[in-house]
Amino acid sequence: MSEAREVRGVKEVRNVEEAGYGAAGRADELEFERMFERKNETKSEKRISRSVEALKPSGIRKFFELIIGREDIISLGVGEPDFPVPWRIREEMIYALEKGITSYTSNFGLYELRESIASYYRKFGVSCGVENVIVTTGVSEAVDIALRAILNPGEGVLIPEPCYVSYSPLTTLAGGVAVSYPTTPDFVPTYEDMVKLAREAEGRGVRIKAVMINYPNNPTGVSYTRSVLEEIADFAVEKDAIVVSDEIYAELSYSFKHESIASLEGMFDRTVILNGFSKAFSMTGLRVGFAIAPEDVLNAMLKIHQYCMLCAPVLSQIGAIEALRNGEDDLEEMREEYVRRRNFFVKRIREVLDVKKPDGAFYAFPSVKETGLSSEEFAKRLLFEKKVAVVPGNAFGECGEGYIRCAYAVSMEKLKEAVERIVEFVEGL
Amino acid sequence: MDKKAQEVLKLLENDARLSYREIAEMLGISEDEVREIVKKAEENGVILKYKTLINWERFGEEPVYAVIDIRVTLTREKNYDDIAKRIAKYPEVHAVRLISGDYDFQVVVKGKSLKDVSFFVAEKISTIPEVLTTVTHFVLRTYKEEGVLLFKEEEDRRLAVTP
Repeated sequence: MSEAREVRGVKEVRNVEEAGYGAAGRADELEFERMFERKNETKSEKRISRSVEALKPSGIRKFFELIIGREDIISLGVGEPDFPVPWRIREEMIYALEKGITSYTSNFGLYELRESIASYYRKFGVSCGVENVIVTTGVSEAVDIALRAILNPGEGVLIPEPCYVSYSPLTTLAGGVAVSYPTTPDFVPTYEDMVKLAREAEGRGVRIKAVMINYPNNPTGVSYTRSVLEEIADFAVEKDAIVVSDEIYAELSYSFKHESIASLEGMFDRTVILNGFSKAFSMTGLRVGFAIAPEDVLNAMLKIHQYCMLCAPVLSQIGAIEALRNGEDDLEEMREEYVRRRNFFVKRIREVLDVKKPDGAFYAFPSVKETGLSSEEFAKRLLFEKKVAVVPGNAFGECGEGYIRCAYAVSMEKLKEAVERIVEFVEGL
Repeated sequence: MDKKAQEVLKLLENDARLSYREIAEMLGISEDEVREIVKKAEENGVILKYKTLINWERFGEEPVYAVIDIRVTLTREKNYDDIAKRIAKYPEVHAVRLISGDYDFQVVVKGKSLKDVSFFVAEKISTIPEVLTTVTHFVLRTYKEEGVLLFKEEEDRRLAVTP
């Protein structure tokens, strides 16, 4: 989007505020549709690969474009912590930069960091060696190379939904087939469902090669207890499938202690654990994550990583070492604050909307079905009428329709104001 | 130690204006429980006072602060506590701490002007019989007070909606 256009967009929206929601609001909505449903140029259709053309753009993007540059909106749409990177971590990185530590690292990542990661994961029940650890450029890269490392063309990945936006597109790009598994309204997978879906997929000639899970979950905030993990493990063993377990929110578990699925008997050898420093240590833009996997899978991932990424940013790796060494206090403080916000948000929102109490992460996923509005209608009207941004649930898979994702990674002050506006909005419907 | 009470106190320490209801909602306990904890803490002196942290310079006033290092001599009759209490009772005295190292007490004095503070130290503190020496350091600028940064913190540069 050009700058001139952005300025114009903001101005138009401002006019709507003055006029209130109504005719002008309608015009605004049309602008909204126009902005994001522009037809592709014929030229690009020829130039761009068919598989990329076929990918659906992220539903989140739409709302982002609408809100950008506006200060009067409270955004519960932000999927990253509102705490700055703890100072001790930044200080280490600054010092490293001063010393001139700016070169490539080993493809695997810094040895010291891999060692720390290996011993760090004991806290989630996994004991592994340095040889099982690879440092990646955030979990996003790790998801990509894990899927590419294990999928043959046409092999299926079972993906419980609603889920993070990248799993299905990355499966497709890796040549696999995304088999979506709607888990509403409990948001936890069961063995029976998985077996049933796998059978249906087999009927279409798709063998389930992997299960892609994420807990505590974005967008639902729900996490998996040991018994849920056991059901997934049973399925994986029965189908000889690999579990790709995105545990990026592991540190932000509030209801019960996080356990990695790899800690279950016999599961280490069929699990790829993905985690990173973005959420626990607020290091989102520093792009540093890691994967823990059995050696054959890890080496396959390394092959891809060395060609497409070479190594994760060295300064971020230095920061990550400090995070694991001395970050626990900062983490604990952030964790406590999230718990308070979660309690507060859930309590207040329940006055008007039904929501499952989140076990972790910083998301709540209330249902808006009772309002009679679709996810997008609800989100759009809430944005235009009350200036609160949330993300429509269908951005996280079709079964997310009828829900909205609210991220409570905002200050308590803003959260209070936002929840009041949501309550007002729903009561006024 | 009572974990719930500790959490309530931590919240109040950071923001004394939180309502009982808000605290209850944040911690997932009842309002009555919060009220009970606060009442008890007030009664047994755990909560000393509810204050407001004010940036007087921003308001336009320029109070003068000085940190005074004091060395004293002890006697059978006068120990640290006795001397400290004598110093602490002056309203000009902001804080009194017994410290390790070269000096015995560190005292923070607040006054209207340099002269004001200097004369207070000369007339009221140096003249206490047990005080041997004083060293006065005037505060030129404060960067952090009670855990609160007095300079502009970083802006929130996050994108408004991210996956």
